[in-house]
Amino acid sequence: MGLLSKKDTKLITDPLADNNPITIQVLGICSALAITAQLKASIVMAVSVIFVLGLGNVVISLIRNIMPSKIRIIVQLTVVAALVILVDLVLKAFAYELSKELSVFVGLIITNCIIMGRFEAFALGNGPWRSFLDGIGNALGYGVILIVVGFFRELLGSGTLLGYRVLGDPIEKTGLYAFGYENNGFMLLSPMALIVVGLIIWVQRSRNTSLIED
Amino acid sequence: MEHLELFFKSIFIDNMVFATFLGMCSYLAVSKKVSTAVGLGVAVIFVLAITVPMNWLLDQYILKEGALVWLGPEYADYDLSFLSFIMFIATIATMVQLVEIVVEKFSPSLYNSLGIFLPLIAVNCAILGGSLFMQSREIASLGLAFNYGISSGIGWFLAILAIAAIREKIRYSNVPAPLRGLGITFIITGLMAIGFMSFGGMLTGEDEATEDSSAAEIETSINDSINISESSDIEENTIKDTNAL
Repeated sequence: MGLLSKKDTKLITDPLADNNPITIQVLGICSALAITAQLKASIVMAVSVIFVLGLGNVVISLIRNIMPSKIRIIVQLTVVAALVILVDLVLKAFAYELSKELSVFVGLIITNCIIMGRFEAFALGNGPWRSFLDGIGNALGYGVILIVVGFFRELLGSGTLLGYRVLGDPIEKTGLYAFGYENNGFMLLSPMALIVVGLIIWVQRSRNTSLIED
Repeated sequence: MEHLELFFKSIFIDNMVFATFLGMCSYLAVSKKVSTAVGLGVAVIFVLAITVPMNWLLDQYILKEGALVWLGPEYADYDLSFLSFIMFIATIATMVQLVEIVVEKFSPSLYNSLGIFLPLIAVNCAILGGSLFMQSREIASLGLAFNYGISSGIGWFLAILAIAAIREKIRYSNVPAPLRGLGITFIITGLMAIGFMSFGGMLTGEDEATEDSSAAEIETSINDSINISESSDIEENTIKDTNAL
Protein backbone atom coordinates (compact mmCIF):
# COMPACT_ATOMS: atom_id res chain seq x y z
CA MET A 1 0.00 0.00 0.00
CA GLY A 2 1.47 3.28 -1.09
CA LEU A 3 -0.69 5.46 1.04
CA LEU A 4 -0.08 3.63 4.28
CA SER A 5 3.33 2.73 5.61
CA LYS A 6 3.73 -0.53 7.47
CA LYS A 7 3.48 1.23 10.81
CA ASP A 8 0.28 2.95 9.75
CA THR A 9 -1.30 -0.30 8.59
CA LYS A 10 -0.53 -1.73 12.01
CA LEU A 11 -2.49 1.12 13.59
CA ILE A 12 -5.58 -0.11 11.81
CA THR A 13 -5.13 -3.87 12.00
CA ASP A 14 -3.93 -4.16 15.60
CA PRO A 15 -7.19 -3.13 17.25
CA LEU A 16 -9.11 -5.58 15.09
CA ALA A 17 -7.69 -8.58 16.89
CA ASP A 18 -4.88 -8.63 19.40
CA ASN A 19 -5.44 -5.18 20.83
CA ASN A 20 -9.20 -5.10 20.45
CA PRO A 21 -10.73 -2.23 22.41
CA ILE A 22 -13.58 -4.31 23.81
CA THR A 23 -12.05 -7.68 24.56
CA ILE A 24 -8.51 -6.61 25.48
CA GLN A 25 -8.49 -2.95 26.46
CA VAL A 26 -11.95 -3.23 28.14
CA LEU A 27 -13.10 0.08 26.70
CA GLY A 28 -16.44 1.10 25.32
CA ILE A 29 -18.58 -1.66 26.69
CA CYS A 30 -21.10 0.72 28.17
CA SER A 31 -23.04 1.79 25.14
CA ALA A 32 -22.22 -1.29 23.13
CA LEU A 33 -24.02 -4.21 24.66
CA ALA A 34 -27.53 -2.97 25.07
CA ILE A 35 -28.17 -2.40 21.39
CA THR A 36 -26.83 -5.67 19.99
CA ALA A 37 -30.10 -7.63 20.00
CA GLN A 38 -30.41 -6.76 16.31
CA LEU A 39 -27.75 -6.75 13.66
CA LYS A 40 -29.01 -3.53 12.07
CA ALA A 41 -28.74 -1.53 15.26
CA SER A 42 -25.25 -2.92 15.85
CA ILE A 43 -24.12 -1.83 12.40
CA VAL A 44 -25.52 1.67 12.80
CA MET A 45 -23.87 1.98 16.19
CA ALA A 46 -20.54 0.77 14.75
CA VAL A 47 -20.70 3.27 11.88
CA SER A 48 -21.56 6.11 14.26
CA VAL A 49 -18.63 5.30 16.48
CA ILE A 50 -16.27 5.05 13.49
CA PHE A 51 -17.37 8.52 12.40
CA VAL A 52 -17.11 10.08 15.86
CA LEU A 53 -13.83 8.48 16.83
CA GLY A 54 -12.11 9.09 13.48
CA LEU A 55 -13.03 12.75 13.32
CA GLY A 56 -12.70 13.34 17.06
CA ASN A 57 -9.18 11.96 17.07
CA VAL A 58 -8.23 14.33 14.23
CA VAL A 59 -9.70 17.37 15.99
CA ILE A 60 -8.06 16.59 19.31
CA SER A 61 -4.77 15.90 17.59
CA LEU A 62 -4.97 19.26 15.77
CA ILE A 63 -5.64 21.27 18.92
CA ARG A 64 -3.45 19.22 21.26
CA ASN A 65 -0.72 21.84 21.42
CA ILE A 66 -2.92 24.85 22.14
CA MET A 67 -5.16 23.08 24.63
CA PRO A 68 -4.30 23.66 28.32
CA SER A 69 -4.01 20.24 29.88
CA LYS A 70 -6.00 21.21 32.96
CA ILE A 71 -9.26 21.64 31.10
CA ARG A 72 -8.62 19.00 28.49
CA ILE A 73 -11.35 16.66 29.68
CA ILE A 74 -14.00 19.32 29.25
CA VAL A 75 -12.60 20.27 25.84
CA GLN A 76 -12.59 16.63 24.76
CA LEU A 77 -16.12 16.09 25.98
CA THR A 78 -17.29 19.16 24.08
CA VAL A 79 -15.68 17.97 20.85
CA VAL A 80 -17.26 14.52 21.18
CA ALA A 81 -20.61 15.94 22.19
CA ALA A 82 -20.66 18.15 19.10
CA LEU A 83 -19.89 15.19 16.85
CA VAL A 84 -22.47 13.01 18.56
CA ILE A 85 -25.13 15.68 18.14
CA LEU A 86 -24.37 15.55 14.40
CA VAL A 87 -24.80 11.77 14.38
CA ASP A 88 -28.00 12.01 16.39
CA LEU A 89 -29.55 14.61 14.09
CA VAL A 90 -28.59 12.64 10.97
CA LEU A 91 -30.13 9.49 12.45
CA LYS A 92 -33.29 11.35 13.41
CA ALA A 93 -33.57 12.75 9.91
CA PHE A 94 -32.89 9.63 7.87
CA ALA A 95 -33.61 6.66 10.15
CA TYR A 96 -36.15 7.82 12.68
CA GLU A 97 -37.34 4.35 13.71
CA LEU A 98 -33.82 3.23 14.36
CA SER A 99 -32.95 6.31 16.33
CA LYS A 100 -36.00 5.68 18.55
CA GLU A 101 -34.76 2.17 19.09
CA LEU A 102 -31.24 3.25 20.00
CA SER A 103 -32.84 5.86 22.29
CA VAL A 104 -30.32 7.26 24.74
CA PHE A 105 -27.51 5.04 23.55
CA VAL A 106 -26.60 7.39 20.74
CA GLY A 107 -26.04 10.08 23.35
CA LEU A 108 -24.00 7.67 25.39
CA ILE A 109 -21.38 7.55 22.64
CA ILE A 110 -20.13 10.73 24.32
CA THR A 111 -19.10 8.89 27.41
CA ASN A 112 -18.04 5.79 25.53
CA CYS A 113 -14.72 5.17 27.24
CA ILE A 114 -13.21 4.05 23.96
CA ILE A 115 -13.37 7.61 22.72
CA MET A 116 -11.85 9.30 25.76
CA GLY A 117 -9.41 6.42 26.03
CA ARG A 118 -8.08 6.91 22.50
CA PHE A 119 -7.96 10.69 22.90
CA GLU A 120 -5.87 10.35 26.02
CA ALA A 121 -3.73 7.48 24.87
CA PHE A 122 -3.12 8.43 21.27
CA ALA A 123 -4.45 11.68 19.87
CA LEU A 124 -2.78 13.83 22.53
CA GLY A 125 0.65 12.61 21.43
CA ASN A 126 0.42 12.03 17.69
CA GLY A 127 -0.20 13.89 14.46
CA PRO A 128 -3.61 14.17 12.81
CA TRP A 129 -3.13 11.52 10.10
CA ARG A 130 -1.90 8.82 12.45
CA SER A 131 -4.58 9.75 14.98
CA PHE A 132 -7.17 9.40 12.26
CA LEU A 133 -5.93 5.91 11.41
CA ASP A 134 -5.82 4.96 15.08
CA GLY A 135 -9.37 6.21 15.55
CA ILE A 136 -10.66 4.32 12.54
CA GLY A 137 -8.81 1.17 13.57
CA ASN A 138 -10.11 1.17 17.13
CA ALA A 139 -13.62 2.00 16.08
CA LEU A 140 -13.48 -0.85 13.57
CA GLY A 141 -12.30 -3.22 16.29
CA TYR A 142 -15.22 -2.09 18.39
CA GLY A 143 -17.58 -2.45 15.45
CA VAL A 144 -16.41 -5.98 14.67
CA ILE A 145 -17.30 -7.20 18.16
CA LEU A 146 -20.61 -5.39 18.03
CA ILE A 147 -21.48 -6.96 14.70
CA VAL A 148 -20.44 -10.45 15.77
CA VAL A 149 -22.54 -10.20 18.93
CA GLY A 150 -25.45 -8.70 17.00
CA PHE A 151 -25.19 -11.44 14.37
CA PHE A 152 -25.42 -14.30 16.84
CA ARG A 153 -28.07 -12.70 19.00
CA GLU A 154 -30.36 -11.93 16.11
CA LEU A 155 -29.75 -15.24 14.33
CA LEU A 156 -30.28 -17.44 17.39
CA GLY A 157 -32.78 -15.21 19.11
CA SER A 158 -35.24 -14.55 16.35
CA GLY A 159 -33.98 -16.51 13.36
CA THR A 160 -33.55 -13.41 11.25
CA LEU A 161 -30.64 -11.35 9.93
CA LEU A 162 -31.23 -7.67 9.25
CA GLY A 163 -34.92 -8.54 9.45
CA TYR A 164 -34.84 -11.27 6.77
CA ARG A 165 -35.96 -14.75 7.83
CA VAL A 166 -32.89 -16.80 7.02
CA LEU A 167 -33.88 -19.93 8.91
CA GLY A 168 -37.38 -20.25 7.48
CA ASP A 169 -40.74 -19.23 8.84
CA PRO A 170 -41.38 -20.21 12.49
CA ILE A 171 -45.15 -20.00 12.14
CA GLU A 172 -45.59 -21.96 8.91
CA LYS A 173 -42.81 -24.38 9.94
CA THR A 174 -40.62 -24.08 6.89
CA GLY A 175 -36.84 -24.36 6.62
CA LEU A 176 -35.11 -25.40 9.85
CA TYR A 177 -38.33 -25.05 11.80
CA ALA A 178 -39.75 -28.04 9.93
CA PHE A 179 -37.27 -30.18 11.86
CA GLY A 180 -38.46 -28.90 15.21
CA TYR A 181 -35.93 -26.06 15.60
CA GLU A 182 -37.03 -23.33 17.98
CA ASN A 183 -35.85 -19.77 18.37
CA ASN A 184 -34.04 -19.13 21.61
CA GLY A 185 -35.85 -16.05 22.86
CA PHE A 186 -33.37 -15.83 25.69
CA MET A 187 -30.74 -14.52 23.29
CA LEU A 188 -32.73 -11.34 22.89
CA LEU A 189 -32.59 -10.51 26.58
CA SER A 190 -29.85 -8.17 27.66
CA PRO A 191 -27.82 -10.54 29.92
CA MET A 192 -26.99 -12.73 26.93
CA ALA A 193 -24.97 -9.91 25.36
CA LEU A 194 -22.56 -10.15 28.28
CA ILE A 195 -22.33 -13.89 28.03
CA VAL A 196 -21.74 -13.79 24.27
CA VAL A 197 -18.92 -11.28 24.76
CA GLY A 198 -17.52 -13.53 27.49
CA LEU A 199 -17.51 -16.42 25.04
CA ILE A 200 -15.81 -14.30 22.37
CA ILE A 201 -13.09 -13.46 24.89
CA TRP A 202 -12.76 -17.14 25.68
CA VAL A 203 -12.34 -18.08 22.02
CA GLN A 204 -9.90 -15.25 21.37
CA ARG A 205 -7.71 -16.06 24.34
CA SER A 206 -7.69 -19.77 23.63
CA ARG A 207 -6.36 -19.02 20.16
CA ASN A 208 -3.77 -16.55 21.37
CA THR A 209 -2.51 -17.71 24.74
CA SER A 210 -0.25 -14.68 25.24
CA LEU A 211 -3.37 -12.65 26.04
CA ILE A 212 -4.28 -14.69 29.10
CA GLU A 213 -4.34 -12.73 32.37
CA ASP A 214 -3.23 -14.33 35.59
CA MET B 1 -45.91 5.91 46.94
CA GLU B 2 -44.72 7.26 43.65
CA HIS B 3 -41.34 7.92 45.23
CA LEU B 4 -41.10 4.47 46.74
CA GLU B 5 -42.01 2.83 43.45
CA LEU B 6 -39.42 4.82 41.51
CA PHE B 7 -36.86 4.06 44.21
CA PHE B 8 -37.20 0.30 44.02
CA LYS B 9 -37.68 0.31 40.27
CA SER B 10 -34.41 2.15 39.69
CA ILE B 11 -32.45 -0.02 42.09
CA PHE B 12 -33.66 -3.45 41.08
CA ILE B 13 -35.67 -3.52 37.87
CA ASP B 14 -33.90 -0.89 35.81
CA ASN B 15 -30.56 -1.48 37.46
CA MET B 16 -28.02 0.61 35.58
CA VAL B 17 -25.48 -2.15 35.18
CA PHE B 18 -27.67 -5.19 34.66
CA ALA B 19 -30.52 -3.79 32.62
CA THR B 20 -28.91 -1.03 30.60
CA PHE B 21 -25.15 -1.74 30.82
CA LEU B 22 -24.32 1.77 31.94
CA GLY B 23 -20.97 2.42 33.53
CA MET B 24 -19.64 -0.94 32.44
CA CYS B 25 -16.11 0.32 31.83
CA SER B 26 -15.44 1.48 35.35
CA TYR B 27 -17.55 -1.40 36.65
CA LEU B 28 -15.11 -3.85 35.07
CA ALA B 29 -11.95 -1.85 35.68
CA VAL B 30 -12.42 -0.93 39.34
CA SER B 31 -14.06 -4.09 40.67
CA LYS B 32 -10.93 -6.01 41.58
CA LYS B 33 -11.09 -5.06 45.26
CA VAL B 34 -14.11 -4.44 47.45
CA SER B 35 -12.61 -1.36 49.11
CA THR B 36 -11.99 0.54 45.87
CA ALA B 37 -15.34 -0.61 44.53
CA VAL B 38 -17.07 0.90 47.56
CA GLY B 39 -15.19 4.18 47.05
CA LEU B 40 -16.23 4.46 43.43
CA GLY B 41 -19.78 3.35 44.18
CA VAL B 42 -20.24 6.03 46.83
CA ALA B 43 -18.80 8.64 44.48
CA VAL B 44 -21.27 7.61 41.78
CA ILE B 45 -24.25 7.90 44.15
CA PHE B 46 -22.98 11.30 45.25
CA VAL B 47 -22.49 12.68 41.76
CA LEU B 48 -25.72 11.22 40.37
CA ALA B 49 -27.68 12.75 43.25
CA ILE B 50 -26.30 16.16 42.26
CA THR B 51 -26.24 16.02 38.47
CA VAL B 52 -29.63 14.45 37.78
CA PRO B 53 -31.63 17.20 39.55
CA MET B 54 -29.33 19.84 38.01
CA ASN B 55 -29.94 18.50 34.55
CA TRP B 56 -33.63 18.18 35.30
CA LEU B 57 -33.76 21.92 35.99
CA LEU B 58 -31.74 22.57 32.86
CA ASP B 59 -34.04 20.42 30.78
CA GLN B 60 -37.20 21.86 32.26
CA TYR B 61 -36.31 25.54 32.07
CA ILE B 62 -33.97 25.82 29.10
CA LEU B 63 -33.85 22.85 26.76
CA LYS B 64 -37.34 21.41 26.47
CA GLU B 65 -39.71 22.54 23.76
CA GLY B 66 -41.41 25.66 25.07
CA ALA B 67 -39.26 25.69 28.19
CA LEU B 68 -38.01 29.21 27.55
CA VAL B 69 -41.47 30.63 27.96
CA TRP B 70 -40.52 32.12 31.33
CA LEU B 71 -38.43 34.65 29.39
CA GLY B 72 -41.52 35.92 27.65
CA PRO B 73 -44.25 34.63 25.35
CA GLU B 74 -42.20 35.20 22.19
CA TYR B 75 -39.81 32.44 23.25
CA ALA B 76 -42.51 29.78 23.44
CA ASP B 77 -41.59 28.14 20.12
CA TYR B 78 -37.96 27.45 20.88
CA ASP B 79 -36.92 23.82 21.16
CA LEU B 80 -33.32 23.47 22.22
CA SER B 81 -33.46 19.78 23.05
CA PHE B 82 -30.90 18.98 20.35
CA LEU B 83 -28.38 20.70 22.61
CA SER B 84 -29.11 18.43 25.54
CA PHE B 85 -26.08 16.14 25.07
CA ILE B 86 -23.61 18.98 25.14
CA MET B 87 -25.38 20.83 27.97
CA PHE B 88 -25.70 17.72 30.11
CA ILE B 89 -22.09 16.70 29.70
CA ALA B 90 -20.90 20.24 30.39
CA THR B 91 -23.00 20.35 33.55
CA ILE B 92 -21.65 17.00 34.64
CA ALA B 93 -18.03 17.92 33.99
CA THR B 94 -18.32 21.23 35.83
CA MET B 95 -20.31 19.75 38.71
CA VAL B 96 -17.73 17.02 39.16
CA GLN B 97 -14.98 19.61 39.22
CA LEU B 98 -16.96 21.74 41.67
CA VAL B 99 -17.73 18.80 43.93
CA GLU B 100 -14.06 17.92 43.93
CA ILE B 101 -13.07 21.44 45.00
CA VAL B 102 -15.76 21.69 47.68
CA VAL B 103 -15.05 18.26 49.13
CA GLU B 104 -11.34 18.98 49.19
CA LYS B 105 -11.95 22.20 51.11
CA PHE B 106 -14.44 20.98 53.67
CA SER B 107 -13.74 17.31 54.18
CA PRO B 108 -10.18 16.25 53.46
CA SER B 109 -10.82 12.73 54.75
CA LEU B 110 -13.72 12.23 52.36
CA TYR B 111 -11.59 13.75 49.63
CA ASN B 112 -8.86 11.24 50.30
CA SER B 113 -11.22 8.34 49.90
CA LEU B 114 -13.27 9.70 46.98
CA GLY B 115 -10.69 12.00 45.43
CA ILE B 116 -9.08 9.75 42.87
CA PHE B 117 -12.44 8.55 41.63
CA LEU B 118 -14.01 11.91 40.97
CA PRO B 119 -12.20 12.74 37.70
CA LEU B 120 -12.98 9.21 36.51
CA ILE B 121 -16.62 9.87 37.04
CA ALA B 122 -17.00 12.70 34.55
CA VAL B 123 -16.64 10.15 31.79
CA ASN B 124 -18.64 7.41 33.47
CA CYS B 125 -21.52 6.47 31.21
CA ALA B 126 -23.73 5.88 34.24
CA ILE B 127 -23.71 9.59 35.06
CA LEU B 128 -24.65 10.85 31.62
CA GLY B 129 -26.96 7.86 31.22
CA GLY B 130 -28.78 8.86 34.40
CA SER B 131 -29.47 12.30 32.99
CA LEU B 132 -30.46 11.02 29.56
CA PHE B 133 -32.83 8.43 31.00
CA MET B 134 -34.24 11.09 33.29
CA GLN B 135 -34.99 13.09 30.15
CA SER B 136 -36.38 10.26 28.06
CA ARG B 137 -38.52 8.83 30.89
CA GLU B 138 -39.95 12.28 31.50
CA ILE B 139 -39.46 12.31 35.25
CA ALA B 140 -42.15 14.63 36.51
CA SER B 141 -40.74 16.69 39.37
CA LEU B 142 -37.49 17.85 40.93
CA GLY B 143 -38.04 15.59 43.93
CA LEU B 144 -38.50 12.56 41.71
CA ALA B 145 -35.39 13.49 39.73
CA PHE B 146 -33.38 13.62 42.96
CA ASN B 147 -34.87 10.30 43.99
CA TYR B 148 -34.05 8.82 40.59
CA GLY B 149 -30.45 10.01 40.82
CA ILE B 150 -29.90 8.55 44.27
CA SER B 151 -31.67 5.27 43.67
CA SER B 152 -30.02 4.50 40.36
CA GLY B 153 -26.72 5.35 42.04
CA ILE B 154 -27.51 2.85 44.78
CA GLY B 155 -28.32 0.26 42.13
CA TRP B 156 -24.93 0.83 40.52
CA PHE B 157 -23.25 0.67 43.93
CA LEU B 158 -24.90 -2.67 44.71
CA ALA B 159 -23.82 -4.09 41.37
CA ILE B 160 -20.17 -3.11 41.70
CA LEU B 161 -20.07 -4.24 45.33
CA ALA B 162 -21.44 -7.65 44.39
CA ILE B 163 -19.08 -8.22 41.49
CA ALA B 164 -16.08 -7.06 43.51
CA ALA B 165 -16.89 -9.51 46.27
CA ILE B 166 -17.29 -12.32 43.77
CA ARG B 167 -14.04 -11.43 42.02
CA GLU B 168 -12.14 -11.46 45.30
CA LYS B 169 -13.35 -15.00 45.94
CA ILE B 170 -12.97 -16.26 42.41
CA ARG B 171 -9.28 -15.58 42.45
CA TYR B 172 -8.88 -18.83 44.37
CA SER B 173 -11.01 -20.88 42.01
CA ASN B 174 -9.86 -22.98 39.15
CA VAL B 175 -11.17 -21.01 36.18
CA PRO B 176 -10.14 -22.17 32.67
CA ALA B 177 -7.07 -20.13 31.76
CA PRO B 178 -8.47 -18.21 28.76
CA LEU B 179 -11.48 -17.13 30.80
CA ARG B 180 -9.47 -15.80 33.71
CA GLY B 181 -9.94 -12.14 34.55
CA LEU B 182 -12.15 -10.40 32.05
CA GLY B 183 -13.91 -13.38 30.49
CA ILE B 184 -15.28 -14.87 33.67
CA THR B 185 -16.28 -11.42 34.91
CA PHE B 186 -18.41 -10.92 31.82
CA ILE B 187 -20.09 -14.27 32.24
CA ILE B 188 -20.74 -13.75 35.96
CA THR B 189 -22.19 -10.34 35.24
CA GLY B 190 -24.45 -11.96 32.67
CA LEU B 191 -25.64 -14.51 35.22
CA MET B 192 -26.21 -11.79 37.80
CA ALA B 193 -28.19 -9.85 35.21
CA ILE B 194 -30.38 -12.91 34.64
CA GLY B 195 -30.89 -13.05 38.39
CA PHE B 196 -31.84 -9.38 38.51
CA MET B 197 -34.37 -9.94 35.74
CA SER B 198 -36.45 -11.86 38.23
CA PHE B 199 -37.14 -8.57 39.98
CA GLY B 200 -39.00 -7.59 36.82
CA GLY B 201 -42.29 -8.89 38.15
CA MET B 202 -42.01 -6.92 41.36
CA LEU B 203 -43.85 -3.74 40.40
CA THR B 204 -46.13 -4.80 37.58
CA GLY B 205 -49.24 -4.02 39.62
CA GLU B 206 -49.27 -0.28 38.81
CA ASP B 207 -51.38 2.00 41.01
CA GLU B 208 -54.83 0.48 40.64
CA ALA B 209 -53.85 -3.09 41.52
CA THR B 210 -54.85 -4.34 44.96
CA GLU B 211 -52.65 -6.41 47.21
CA ASP B 212 -54.35 -9.78 46.70
CA SER B 213 -54.44 -9.63 42.93
CA SER B 214 -50.82 -8.62 42.61
CA ALA B 215 -49.47 -12.16 43.00
CA ALA B 216 -51.62 -13.42 40.17
CA GLU B 217 -50.62 -10.50 38.04
CA ILE B 218 -46.96 -11.19 38.56
CA GLU B 219 -47.53 -14.73 37.48
CA THR B 220 -49.36 -13.75 34.33
CA SER B 221 -46.81 -11.10 33.51
CA ILE B 222 -44.03 -13.65 33.76
CA ASN B 223 -45.99 -15.96 31.47
CA ASP B 224 -46.58 -13.07 29.11
CA SER B 225 -42.94 -12.19 28.96
CA ILE B 226 -42.02 -15.80 28.23
CA ASN B 227 -44.61 -15.96 25.48
CA ILE B 228 -43.40 -12.72 23.99
CA SER B 229 -39.79 -13.75 24.01
CA GLU B 230 -40.68 -17.01 22.32
CA SER B 231 -42.63 -15.37 19.57
CA SER B 232 -40.70 -14.20 16.58
CA ASP B 233 -41.87 -10.63 16.73
CA ILE B 234 -38.39 -9.24 17.06
CA GLU B 235 -39.11 -5.55 16.87
CA GLU B 236 -41.42 -5.43 19.84
CA ASN B 237 -39.12 -7.71 21.72
CA THR B 238 -35.96 -5.77 21.34
CA ILE B 239 -37.62 -2.52 22.19
CA LYS B 240 -39.01 -4.13 25.30
CA ASP B 241 -35.75 -5.75 26.28
CA THR B 242 -33.23 -3.09 25.55
CA ASN B 243 -35.17 -0.18 26.88
CA ALA B 244 -37.33 -1.83 29.49
CA LEU B 245 -38.77 1.60 30.03
